[in-house]
Amino acid sequence: MGRFLIRRLINMIPLIIGITFLSFLVMSLVPGDFLSTLKLNPRISPQVIRQMEAQFGLDQPLMVRYLKWLWSVLHLNLGVSLAYRVSVTSLIGSRAINTIILSACAMLFSWTLAIPIGIVVAVNQNSVWDRILSFLAFFGMSVPNFFLAFLMMWVALRTGWFPVGGTYSVDYSTLAFWPRIADRINHLILPVFVLGTAGMAGLMRLMRSQILEIKNAEFVRTARAKGLSERVVIYKHVLRNALNPFVTMAGYSLGDLLGGAALVEAVMNLQGLGLLLLDAVRQLDIYLVMGSVLVGTVLLLVGNLLADLALVAVDPRVDFSSAGQQ
Amino acid sequence: MSAMPQVMQEHMAEPVALPVQSRGLVREWRLASWTVRASALCLIVFYLLAAASPFFAPYDDTYQNRAMPDCPPMRAHITAPSDWSEGFFYTHPMRMVDPVERNYAPDLSRRTYIHLLSHGHLFTTDSPKDPFYLMGSDGLGRDLYSRIVFGSRVSMLVGLIGVAISFSLGITVGALSGYMGGLVDNLIMRWSEIEMSLPSFYFLLALAAIIPAGMSTTETFFMIIAIMSFISWAGFARIIRGMAASVRSRPYVEAARALGASRWRIITRHVIPSVLGYAIVAATLSIPGFILGESALSLLGLGIQEPAASWGNLLAQAQDVQNLARYPWILIPGLFIFLAVMSFNFLGDHLRDRLDPSNAR
Repeated sequence: MGRFLIRRLINMIPLIIGITFLSFLVMSLVPGDFLSTLKLNPRISPQVIRQMEAQFGLDQPLMVRYLKWLWSVLHLNLGVSLAYRVSVTSLIGSRAINTIILSACAMLFSWTLAIPIGIVVAVNQNSVWDRILSFLAFFGMSVPNFFLAFLMMWVALRTGWFPVGGTYSVDYSTLAFWPRIADRINHLILPVFVLGTAGMAGLMRLMRSQILEIKNAEFVRTARAKGLSERVVIYKHVLRNALNPFVTMAGYSLGDLLGGAALVEAVMNLQGLGLLLLDAVRQLDIYLVMGSVLVGTVLLLVGNLLADLALVAVDPRVDFSSAGQQ
Repeated sequence: MSAMPQVMQEHMAEPVALPVQSRGLVREWRLASWTVRASALCLIVFYLLAAASPFFAPYDDTYQNRAMPDCPPMRAHITAPSDWSEGFFYTHPMRMVDPVERNYAPDLSRRTYIHLLSHGHLFTTDSPKDPFYLMGSDGLGRDLYSRIVFGSRVSMLVGLIGVAISFSLGITVGALSGYMGGLVDNLIMRWSEIEMSLPSFYFLLALAAIIPAGMSTTETFFMIIAIMSFISWAGFARIIRGMAASVRSRPYVEAARALGASRWRIITRHVIPSVLGYAIVAATLSIPGFILGESALSLLGLGIQEPAASWGNLLAQAQDVQNLARYPWILIPGLFIFLAVMSFNFLGDHLRDRLDPSNAR
């Protein structure tokens, strides 16, 4: 177990280096940089521009800049945001937590609904409920996150039941602890619903097809032949085997979750990593972009690792000594 | 599709399971469920809209009727038979009641006749100054329906071209990697691992910053496709590689090798055809990703720029909560995205069931 973890963590290093270098390369391909808008301003003298170039390292060649950045990342310093003039770490920290909360809640939402619905639908294959829910799953899978977000905001506008976007209310800072929590939850309901719906539909379909595949396997027939009740057969034998690809898939869907979260954040104006990245891209704020991409990548890799660990919990056949190699 | 299979069927004593592609469209249509049929029809309509946009759109997509911004959708009425010489349908022109809130009311005393198949349009009115807004107008007084029709060019093409590029790349690289094995395989797979571990949407956003502001719509369009293909080919390559690696040791590939076929020939004539069925399904199912990616980028202002229309950037107006509250019809382009995506999902799912040998009856 420990060796597996260490190997996986070591495997992450080249991945992270590759991804960050790729992003660095991309950002250097961008025509112009953050300073090009300042250069157009006649009030700013060329000396100041040169000074800023040197300060932010924009005048150095690409490799030097990348290695410098990498070196400072190793010291947990993600550089300085060109636009906000504060350290990227401080900007990203709270935003990343908001994104994690949103994604985790959405995941929880989709799992708690997808698994039972998938089971019920598969056990009663071709029933009316199966047909209706399978059709609805297509609906949920196909509805674009941003469109659903717009629709929900429209509903919120019309009914006034939910706040229309935003992370918290205007008077958030004046609230006590518990009202603050309530306020945050109130603002989370719609985004979580929007983000969770797509994932839920996909997971439900997967659960259904998994159970259908396993339902007629030989070990299930054996279990039935032993005289076990249908309940035990489904929950103890079928379900445990069906969960395996489910967990793997959940790990891989994290990327979609992060991407979806970014869109929902942008549309519903939530203070998350995605919105921060979007602003940074618009302003060509290179270190902020790099920081956001790095944090996003790490979140994704850690999520995948957690999914692999969860596999062991549900499937005793998975062997750690071989799980790391492919 | 060709006449050949039917002839064969007539002459064969017992029914033989023919490959799907030779069964004919009519039979496919009969086998399909209503959802699949509706999806196919929906996509045909959308591609027609894209192919003949100027015909289906009543007005020019950039024409601004400054007198009628944010006008709600208008209702078409059927003309009484005595007035059919004027036109079969008419609408009451809208009059702005409140210029601040931009509220409109139909002027019941006047009629604007809608002419079918005139002036080279499916339907239009005499002048864009007295318009018929089927789906309302936007903040600059442009006909939303016309813009959706012209936007379908972008949204419908982005999927096809993007999938064509990323698939040919993915299949070639995957087949090469799976067949060659060794160092090539290792390098390609490490690279694809990097691409697959990317938080793809984040990276898409970062990549979209490369698109220079002054680019023409066509150039931007192809930039977006290139960017999305670059992100998505790795996934296909990996799956195709796995299949190709399993094909490599099959007897017919070994036979081809024994006969002295070149590697290139084996890859193109034996390995790729054997994984093509899967590839077609995966291609259909990945088209929505491209449509959604383009829409998302354009919605966020990083993709197709005004005044050109795409289903994504038409939605950008809705980002302003005030617009969303007062003019909810600006969400209609999202409905088109949704329908296109759902149709491709239904179709891809159906194709998978049809091509899956374990489902053969």
